[in-house]
Amino acid sequence: MIKLNDITLAFGQRKLIEHASAHFVCGQMTALLGRNGAGKSTLLKAIASLGALQGGAIEIGGRDLRDLSNAELARMIAFVNTERVSVEAMTAYDLVAVGRSPYTGWSGKLRSSDHEVIERSIRIAGVEHLADRYVDTLSDGECQRVMIARALAQDTPAILLDEPTSYLDMPNRYELCTLLGRLAHDEGKCVLFSTHELDIALTLSDNIALVDTPQLLYMPTDEMIASGSIERLFDSPYIRFDASTRSIHLK
Amino acid sequence: MKRSQQHILRTMLFVLLSIAIVVLAIADMLIGSVAIPVREVVSSLWGGVTQADYAHIIYDMRMPKVLVAIFAGMALSASGLLMQTLFRNPLAGPYVLGINSGASFGVALFTLAVPMMAINAPWLYDIGVTGVALIGSAAILLMVMALSRRIKSISVILILGMMLGSAISAVVGILQYMGTEESLKAFIVWTMGSLSNVTTAQLYIFVPTVVVGLVLSLVAVKSLNMLLMGESNARTLGLNVRLSRTIIFLATTLLAGTVTAYCGPIGFVGLAMPHLARMTFRTSDHRTLMPAAMLWGGVAMLLCCLLSDVIARYSVILPVNTLTALLGVPIIIFVVLRNRNRQ
Repeated sequence: MIKLNDITLAFGQRKLIEHASAHFVCGQMTALLGRNGAGKSTLLKAIASLGALQGGAIEIGGRDLRDLSNAELARMIAFVNTERVSVEAMTAYDLVAVGRSPYTGWSGKLRSSDHEVIERSIRIAGVEHLADRYVDTLSDGECQRVMIARALAQDTPAILLDEPTSYLDMPNRYELCTLLGRLAHDEGKCVLFSTHELDIALTLSDNIALVDTPQLLYMPTDEMIASGSIERLFDSPYIRFDASTRSIHLK
Repeated sequence: MKRSQQHILRTMLFVLLSIAIVVLAIADMLIGSVAIPVREVVSSLWGGVTQADYAHIIYDMRMPKVLVAIFAGMALSASGLLMQTLFRNPLAGPYVLGINSGASFGVALFTLAVPMMAINAPWLYDIGVTGVALIGSAAILLMVMALSRRIKSISVILILGMMLGSAISAVVGILQYMGTEESLKAFIVWTMGSLSNVTTAQLYIFVPTVVVGLVLSLVAVKSLNMLLMGESNARTLGLNVRLSRTIIFLATTLLAGTVTAYCGPIGFVGLAMPHLARMTFRTSDHRTLMPAAMLWGGVAMLLCCLLSDVIARYSVILPVNTLTALLGVPIIIFVVLRNRNRQ
């Protein structure tokens, strides 16, 4: 679904990722790991066509990203970023409904088929009880799930999420990532999310993409753990990654 | 169930606001120094006035004023909503881009600098205050649009627009300081705003220009709904952000620029009425909000017009700007306090 062909990414003058290749497929969930400032967000933005490539090319559904219009891309990739949307007098239902924009006419009028997709997305994301609430009264965790419902309403084969778990407490983090896993395995979507939650990423996702500056390592989760790259990257004077239990320990 | 109830409620509100506009418009035409019977005013709406002097007063004086009030109110409110959504800032109004400064710069040059330097150019007087104000606001628009092609961040554009406006205001201040007493008065009178300066002939330019701006605002409703989510979200939802930005800037200048040119800078209507629309219709969907804001704007201007007419009967002339401020400021304070309490 999403193919990186020898891409090079930079933030300003600083090169983040060089000559990286990977192929993210439908039906699988990939966690994007890396240290702060390694370029996780920059990579996601590049795939969503919000940033430029320094080199190489990205293919979405077999077509070069540069040949796709905004409108075409919006039907292939949904992006949930870290921005908290807080709009006065907007209900969660209205917010999810904006996800139908790529399919509606000039005025954005919703047909009954659009309402069906919206209601289905709300159900899958488990936010039925929030539908009539105003978004500026939602908690961060509730808002995050509503944003995922919006991405679902966009009805795209691929969903990108930039640190979807960052505002959530521990049970909610697991719950959210389980939901993302279901989207990949039951709905057949290509799910790619960046996170700092090592244990969640390693227990729930099919593949790991690891930004090991300036490389991007990409392999199935078990292989990644066996490769020792995670230990190396997250090693610090204070903590140590234990591959056998897939968790972090204090030294 | 709940959603269909809301739909009925909103339809009723639309009907009520439309009725309010008609009633206020008729009331506006009734009040003035000459008493005209209600029957004559109502029948004037479809051209059936019996007395010639009534016809003159209604068609040449009161009706233009009422039409200007309705369209100016709709224009200011619509452009205020455009700016509030584009900048995602509840305190944005039609003038955040500096359109009023551009217009006032044009008028200041015309009323203050031209007599000062004794420039003798008859064509300048043909353009008039309206023309120079329009040229001034269009110049500001071009500058802001040129900037926005180079600058991605909308908040940077907002800051630049405000700074540009402040710099121009400073130059206007210098002109005011140097102007003669007589020309200064002409300028000050313009800044106070007036609905009665538009002649019937000028209406043929004023109304179509504003209508084009209103149509553009309605065309932009889908992009506005997407822009509520922030620019990068709007882009990943498939929006051509640059194109919609251009349409929104263009609509704002046509609306706020035209009104400012003909009526002077009228404050607070464009800032307050979109809030009132949001509060009464309880929605953020611009397909409802945009027409709602327009109707509220029309009602507000008609109300101010009516108030100033009523007060004028006691031989006290209040500039429109003072009334719009007295009406708008409490609404804005109310909205701000209410939002604070809810969070």
